[in-house]
Amino acid sequence: MLETAFFYLFGGLAVFAALGVILSANTMYSVMWLILCFFNASGLFFLLDAEFLGIVLVLVYVGAVMVLFMFVVMMLEVNKAQKREGWLNYLPVGGMIALILFIELVAASTSGLFSTGSMATASHLAGEVNNTVEIGKILYTEYLLGFEIAAVILLVALIGAIVLTLRERKDAKYQNISEQVKVRKEDRLRKVSM
Amino acid sequence: MIPLSHFLIIGAILFSLGTIGLFLNRKNVIIILMCVELMLLAVNINFAAFSHFLGDLGGQIMVFFVLTVAASEVAIGLAILVAYYRQRRSIEVEDINTLQG
Repeated sequence: MLETAFFYLFGGLAVFAALGVILSANTMYSVMWLILCFFNASGLFFLLDAEFLGIVLVLVYVGAVMVLFMFVVMMLEVNKAQKREGWLNYLPVGGMIALILFIELVAASTSGLFSTGSMATASHLAGEVNNTVEIGKILYTEYLLGFEIAAVILLVALIGAIVLTLRERKDAKYQNISEQVKVRKEDRLRKVSM
Repeated sequence: MIPLSHFLIIGAILFSLGTIGLFLNRKNVIIILMCVELMLLAVNINFAAFSHFLGDLGGQIMVFFVLTVAASEVAIGLAILVAYYRQRRSIEVEDINTLQG
């Protein structure tokens, strides 16, 4: 009973926040709504016995990705007035596509295909089962290759983001390390006979 | 016990809202990136729901990988956006037509 109440709370707030993301006029408000949406999705993950992912969603998404969004929104000067101009032109086709997609997805999920066998009777794991330990066991054995590829992807993204935004400044005084290392005493020191 | 279809419907609603957002906010690339995040979140909810109801942890591992890819996508996307803004002083989708796309 309590679980159902929490499900509707988290699910309803997540949908409400998603509406806020796409409808608010100010980009900053959109970021805030998306943060609320992620918090509620994390609550849904907790209801699904995925505690590790719930925490990771809050730490990585809210703590890192959304803060990055916020930095960029504050850095770029987005003109609020012309932002919404002409948005009604795209509503019919976009709404149509989304509506068809939604009807299809709901039809598929309520078709009864996903309420047979073990999927109908799944219950919560016992209290002593540690989700993080289980994920660690499977991640570092069965999915080790995927884990390493994910690490490489993150490294490439890190280097790519730095390379894309790096700006050489003309007036900055850079050190020439090889020249500094190459220098010898004779180059700098001059004996003067007094 | 909440049935699986409820979670799938939440995922479907979030995914559809993300799709509408892509069409509505043609003026602002940042919001488009956020809509893509919303769609990935819907997919993640579906993965976690199936993982729980099938008793298979593979779904949660997949969510982990989707999170990784989404984080790097946002980093690269925002970096491109900042580099573009320095050149053109605009982030509207209609202005990004140098390649005549």
